[in-house]
Amino acid sequence: MNGALRVDAGGRINRARPLRFTFDGHELTGFEGDTLASALLANGVHLVGRSFKYHRPRGILAAGSEEPNALVAVRRDDARYTPNLRATQVELYDGLEAHSQNRWPSLSFDIGAVNDLLSPFIPAGFYYKTFMWPRSAWKSLYEPRIRAAAGLGESPTQADPDRYSNRYVHCDVLVVGAGPAGLAAASAAADVGARVILCDEQSELGGSLLGEPDGARAPQIEGERASAWLTQTIDTLTRNPRVSLLPRTTAFGYFPHNLVGLNQRLTDHLANPHPDSPRERQWQVRAQEVVLATGAIERPLVFPGNDRPGILLAAAARTYVNRYGVIPGSRAVVITACDEAYRAALDLHDAGVFIATIADVRAQAYGPLAERARRAGLPVQTLTTLVGTSGRLRVNAVQLARIGDDGKVIDGVQTMPCDLVLMSGGFTPSVHLFSQSRGKLAWDDKAQSFVPAQSAERVRSAGSCRGTFALAAVLEDGASAGSAAAGDAGFANTARRPAVPAADPAIGAYAGALPQPGESTGHKAFIDWQNDVTTRDLALATREGFRSIEHIKRYTTTGMATDQGKTSNLNALGFVSRQLDKPIPEVGLTTFRMPYTPVTFGAFAGFARGDLFDPTRTTPTHDWAARNGAVFEDVSLWKRARYFPRNGEAMHAAVARECLAVRKGCGIFDASTLGKIEVVGKDAVTFMNRMYVNAWTSLAVGRSRYGVLLRDDGFIYDDGVVARTAEDRFHVTTTTGGAARVLAMMEDFVQTEWPDLSVWLTSTTEQWAVIAVQGPHARRVLEGLVEGIDISAQAMPHMSVAPGRICGVPMLLFRVSFTGELGFEVNVPADFGLAVWEAIHAAGQQHGITPYGTEAMHVLRAEKGYIIVGQETDGTVTPDDAGLAWAIGKSKPDFVGKRSLQRPAMAAADRKQLVGLFTADSQVVLDEGTQVMLERDQRPPVRPLGHVTSSYYSPVLSRSIALALVAGGRARMGEALYVSTPNGDVPVQVTSPVFYDSEGARLNG
Amino acid sequence: MLLIECPYCGERPELEFVYGGQAHIARPQNAPDLSAQAWSDYLYQRDNTKGIHAERWRHTHGCGRFFNALRDTTTDHFIAIYKVGEAAPAALKTRKVAL
Ligand SMILES: [Zn+2]
Repeated sequence: MNGALRVDAGGRINRARPLRFTFDGHELTGFEGDTLASALLANGVHLVGRSFKYHRPRGILAAGSEEPNALVAVRRDDARYTPNLRATQVELYDGLEAHSQNRWPSLSFDIGAVNDLLSPFIPAGFYYKTFMWPRSAWKSLYEPRIRAAAGLGESPTQADPDRYSNRYVHCDVLVVGAGPAGLAAASAAADVGARVILCDEQSELGGSLLGEPDGARAPQIEGERASAWLTQTIDTLTRNPRVSLLPRTTAFGYFPHNLVGLNQRLTDHLANPHPDSPRERQWQVRAQEVVLATGAIERPLVFPGNDRPGILLAAAARTYVNRYGVIPGSRAVVITACDEAYRAALDLHDAGVFIATIADVRAQAYGPLAERARRAGLPVQTLTTLVGTSGRLRVNAVQLARIGDDGKVIDGVQTMPCDLVLMSGGFTPSVHLFSQSRGKLAWDDKAQSFVPAQSAERVRSAGSCRGTFALAAVLEDGASAGSAAAGDAGFANTARRPAVPAADPAIGAYAGALPQPGESTGHKAFIDWQNDVTTRDLALATREGFRSIEHIKRYTTTGMATDQGKTSNLNALGFVSRQLDKPIPEVGLTTFRMPYTPVTFGAFAGFARGDLFDPTRTTPTHDWAARNGAVFEDVSLWKRARYFPRNGEAMHAAVARECLAVRKGCGIFDASTLGKIEVVGKDAVTFMNRMYVNAWTSLAVGRSRYGVLLRDDGFIYDDGVVARTAEDRFHVTTTTGGAARVLAMMEDFVQTEWPDLSVWLTSTTEQWAVIAVQGPHARRVLEGLVEGIDISAQAMPHMSVAPGRICGVPMLLFRVSFTGELGFEVNVPADFGLAVWEAIHAAGQQHGITPYGTEAMHVLRAEKGYIIVGQETDGTVTPDDAGLAWAIGKSKPDFVGKRSLQRPAMAAADRKQLVGLFTADSQVVLDEGTQVMLERDQRPPVRPLGHVTSSYYSPVLSRSIALALVAGGRARMGEALYVSTPNGDVPVQVTSPVFYDSEGARLNG
Repeated sequence: MLLIECPYCGERPELEFVYGGQAHIARPQNAPDLSAQAWSDYLYQRDNTKGIHAERWRHTHGCGRFFNALRDTTTDHFIAIYKVGEAAPAALKTRKVAL
């Protein structure tokens, strides 16, 4: 049947370039310029898919992006498999492989179609009503079954191998839509020198003009055929270097301040895309002025059996004939409430399609188009409605009935055989982007549509997207919008208008369901094709008391499919309006959301995937650690060495060895990721007193102190050692993850609360490499390397700080310990970090120096009961809860969080307090996060006393240890509580959170 | 993505900024003496304005400075940008913390 269903000449296809393609494995042929939809129709294929819920046979309804039915998958390989594409937008290329969806075992025989027979049992809200109980069955039983039975395309089975790029660009005037209005607007703006971007979702610019007949019947613009005007207009724009033309580019979203997201498809239409070419490019266009020329979408009519293959929108059928040279059927019935359908009937008649009748639901049809149809001998019946259709896989007949003067359907039907039905309920302006821009819409009674009223952004609409339909008026509207936009962008506002003869105005529109006889035929009348929503579903929703269109939408899912109700929303509104006996504007309108049509995830990800997904921060010793076999973990953006396994050690063995090395000899640890903030100025100490809970005035130069930072709500925000390095200078350390937010909080107070303080804050996190040397031998390791500092126990006690040199480079040396052992932290400029690390490591060999990672660091600090912010704290922990009340400077008049700590609830005896837990079985290691309970094996509901915050096996104690936040914990010392484990509740004993060396003798060694 | 005019750097995309919540909520000087109600109001009570809202922004990935702005929450359009310490442009009612 190849090519049999084409007109001999005309259209925008290239008959010299046949293209082979397959649909469900059948080899077919189309032409260059075809879409998959037009090529299928040319091959007589109307059945292209099964519907979402009822698995009903479905065909091609439309010719553009509004297509709700003809969703297909296009496969290049297992990874390049794109489901749910609209066949009307898939450009044909040689070798294209397309598959229908939602059918098994085959498209013409689909088991799931039994859902159609079961449909009385699947009404609106079915999921909500039926699958309520038992709760557990939802996950195991209902959901998998529903998902298997319903749903549309399948996901590709492999990661997307294609590249996606993105671009930011500014322009004076962005014109969305390159139909007559958009072309006129872009030309007018470009003529006065504006930088213009003109984008259109189609492969060719021209919009509705592409669907017009050429030759003698062509519409005239400026004295020439529309096609010639189109060629010349595009040519002029192409030659203007200030104009960018973007076909295959969908404006998918309108964001504040005139930012419009464009998605440009670069390779999907190519048989052999260049491997280096990105598949899609996302544009973020910041436009001075925007002109929306997004056109209008023809509205289907709602009647029983309106979803059979072979039932098309009238304008779509016209496009198939005129643009693609396709004859979509041999015997057509037209049902309409709009004059435009007569134009379609005339064009199809010219192409040799037999027009059985034009049924017009209106009482009168005397417009110029209707007159032309009559003159051409086409039968016209007014006051006629369509009450039923037949044909299993394609429509084969319709039933028409007369409408009486009272608007009621008169008994008796006329059955009319046909293989094609054209319908038109008028046109719905595409106000999606305008509405996304927060512009206000107004109801246009004549067009039975919402149209743009009040702009919120610098945007104007032109042409049929604002209810202007006649070509002459559309061109004029576009030109004046383009001129005005350029004028507002600072260019001359010259109202340039193309001269066009007056054209036939399109009159008539219909929203809702067509009149039906009182007796229901039992056939479904679809409102939303893609989500299988019928008039019955909407009637049920209103009967059950739903009034808001937003609720009705969610209850019935009308307008919630991937097409966002492009063809269905107005009919749903019209139907509900009649049910509720309220005018449409009072029923309201659902929200338009981006994207206008689905956008590939890859286009949003752009280059930010794989290694480029997130920045990676590495410390100065990263490469050394990698060479020495470190296993890394992610700590915020940092890569930190977690442990250094030797000879295939398992993690627990490596961590135990590292821990014992620190306790018995010496360990070396990279602490460079700690946040570091230099606080400088004559008011530095005042600032520190106000920010941190501690008393800083008494801290001498050369000494450091453990600082605690609260939020003003009294809860711990961060902690770290703070050293005073000069009278007016503090070296503040923060947690690794908290560095940025602590600096931001400090800046907030400095800039906005205390601008009178003379203090400056500088992040120095990445300027310092920090090498912790910890363990009984730490001093001996450093003795030979440190210059200019006496590091003896007497001269440099715990918590002292001194500048000096090491290996010839400047150093700030901290006597500090996060392990409970004698310890130092060597701070050197980051560039020297690796060399100094290697020197210390070499010098430590005779003392058995052992590199250790964050896991051993965690165990060592937990053995000492040192908290980690974010692990022992969760934003509801006060200093007293964490056992840190000693840090608070009691005599300070104020500090951040002080007032909140005075609240009675913050001192309640049953607050969760930090304690240690010993499991009765010393070898059981609890799970972190597990609940702590008063009694064993309680029946739910159980109110836990608290939870385990840290839990490890302690190598030095040869037993498990855990830290926990427990209600009234400090008063429960020695008490037996219970913690759940996968093997049941186990008894634990409440103990001090300091498990090792509680006197601190080792620390001060 | 908003376009925000930093008073120190000029117009920049929202990506460079961090939102700072409602403006003109000064931390009370005498915090430790405040009643529980007054302190709670300072900590937790914020306007949920439909219309013109005075708010703080920080040009984090730029000059690092905080500044204030009047934004219409119904359109996201900025009506005014002004520096910390300056009064909000006239005709704006800002809620005062009960002290
Ligand atoms: Zn700035």
